[in-house]
Amino acid sequence: MYEFTLWDIARNLLLAARWTVGLSLIAFIGGGLVGGGLVVLRLTGTRTLRRLIMLYVQLFQGTPLLLQLFLVYFGLSMFGIETTALVAASICLTLYASAYLSEIWRGSVESIDRGQWEAASSLALSFGEQLRHVILPQALRAAIAPTVGFMVQVVKATALTSVIGFVEMTRAGQIITNATFQPFFIYGSVALMYFALCFPLSLYSRRLEHKLRR
Amino acid sequence: MTLDFSVALKQWPLLLDGLLLTVFLTLLAAVFGTVLGIACGVIRSKGPRWARWLIGAYVELIRNTPFIIQLFFIFFGLPGLGLKMTALTAAILANVVNLGAYVSEIARSGIEATPNGQIEAAESLALDRWQIFTRVILPPALKRVWPALVGQMVIIMLGSAVCSQISAEELSYAANQIASNSFRNFETYIVVAALYLLLSIALRRLLNWVGPHFIFGR
Amino acid sequence: MTPSPHNDIPAAFALVDIRGLRKRFGDNEVLKGVDLQIARKEVVCIIGKSGSGKSTLLRCLNGLEPLQEGSVSVDGQPIRPDNRQALRELRQNVGMIFQGFNLFPHLTAGQNVMLAPRLVQKTSGADAERHARKLLARVGLAERFDYYPDQLSGGQQQRVAIARSLAMNPQVLLCDEITSALDPELVGEVLQVVEGLAAEGMTLIMVTHEMAFARRVSDRVIFMHQGQVHESGPPQALFDNPQTIELRRFLSLDH
Repeated sequence: MYEFTLWDIARNLLLAARWTVGLSLIAFIGGGLVGGGLVVLRLTGTRTLRRLIMLYVQLFQGTPLLLQLFLVYFGLSMFGIETTALVAASICLTLYASAYLSEIWRGSVESIDRGQWEAASSLALSFGEQLRHVILPQALRAAIAPTVGFMVQVVKATALTSVIGFVEMTRAGQIITNATFQPFFIYGSVALMYFALCFPLSLYSRRLEHKLRR
Repeated sequence: MTLDFSVALKQWPLLLDGLLLTVFLTLLAAVFGTVLGIACGVIRSKGPRWARWLIGAYVELIRNTPFIIQLFFIFFGLPGLGLKMTALTAAILANVVNLGAYVSEIARSGIEATPNGQIEAAESLALDRWQIFTRVILPPALKRVWPALVGQMVIIMLGSAVCSQISAEELSYAANQIASNSFRNFETYIVVAALYLLLSIALRRLLNWVGPHFIFGR
Repeated sequence: MTPSPHNDIPAAFALVDIRGLRKRFGDNEVLKGVDLQIARKEVVCIIGKSGSGKSTLLRCLNGLEPLQEGSVSVDGQPIRPDNRQALRELRQNVGMIFQGFNLFPHLTAGQNVMLAPRLVQKTSGADAERHARKLLARVGLAERFDYYPDQLSGGQQQRVAIARSLAMNPQVLLCDEITSALDPELVGEVLQVVEGLAAEGMTLIMVTHEMAFARRVSDRVIFMHQGQVHESGPPQALFDNPQTIELRRFLSLDH
């Protein structure tokens, strides 16, 4: 049997870490784009549309991410779309992130005092102009800390894509464990690697929040 | 392509068993995780420096790593130290440890928001420290943070689906069983996702009722 | 400092005995050697500018503030802030009412009153409730037993707070500006309750801005200035014939 050296373990985990980071970025950027669109639709859309978006958010916040991954993975192939684990994971996490981000951002928009809308409209700004020049700049300030905080959740969420066979850090850890029989060491190392990715984000988010409150 | 839910639905006894275990797991985790979290929250806000640091390390470690890794570490890793346990025990332990970390932050914020006058009034009534904490500080603190606590418990319930990965026989495990026997993956997961959705709504309702009636009054 | 006729109560008769009390917050010495004896059933009002140390003095009397020098004893028992058990025994004898009411928001008026007797004195539920109903009736709130604090006006809340401290059958009641947070029209109902307590022989030590009340109800008025008892005596003497320039100046402000 092939002997895994410490270097082999570290190298394989670090290679897999690239996929954790990559998938996190895909999910975060994709989720941000879709989520941003959803926020605009929630602000401007008809009542039915707003209800539908609320339902969408509730579906993602009220079911396990594990099942969402299964559903996208098996759903795509069921509809005859040939797919890979990466594509399914990217789609699923993008949708997942969009639901959470749209909720976070809607909260920040709603935290802006009604008087700001009224003041803006009294200056004869159109709705789009009110949003762009008055509301969004303020909402953005309120949104940035929880958004950075949510990035931690996205990084952790990518760990679940191991269940549909995508080889990121968690899956790599499983594979290496199966070959080396050192679960304590391997999973401990993987945990510390996640920590190294997430903790700076958590700290940064907290610092932003602190700065905003002052 | 046609959707056929009948296969999954016919397996309802299996689903029911899984669902009950998920409920059991969640309630156990909710109770012990909350107690652990409150204890940690108190230590973190009032304890000696070394204890605060220790709890802080625990909280940050849990909050900045994925639950699935925590679960694997407990179930596969700890036996290496001689701590062998069943999948169910590992699942419960992982959920308690995970929830405890989140609750400690929530509880701390609730406790620290207690007006000083409340504590002084209780002191001047000759209550001892334990009585002041349990009767005067804690109930309003829990009331303040109840929405956040309820949210966290729903997250724990949904997250417990991951325990199927160590073969704890909860709802997602049942789903995997049915899916692999019936080859109706998509329909089975739809049914089970719907069950989780109902569970999360029911859990929210339950906790929003339990809180005012039994925990902090009104 | 002006000697006053009432200040020489023999220590043996003093219910509250304060000697050489000093209290510092960091570098700021708030109490600079206070000597004060208060007899049983005496009603004492403490007046003075804010920052004169009057609230701190009151808080030292039931151990909410640890003291640095000197001694305070109540009913012959010296206060030792480092001994929790002794402090709790003291506090059963010394009730305190606060400016901000500090009712427990999660408990009804009745539960607020019953809490300490049940937990500290281990009174049975039925006895505690009977006593609580009697006390709430005494402050004119018999009908409000099951109301929560946020369903009561400020004046009603403060009256519940009075009933709550009476529930421990204290020998002394400390009142720390208990009407300062109230709307003017609610001040009367609270002072009326306190006046009733005075008439029944409760020992009262009050920090107050209500000069008319102090003149009418108190046996002795203490004027605190810069952390010391600057002048004290019976209300008539003190208000009508202040001896020191500081008290004269204080009284000429709009009180």
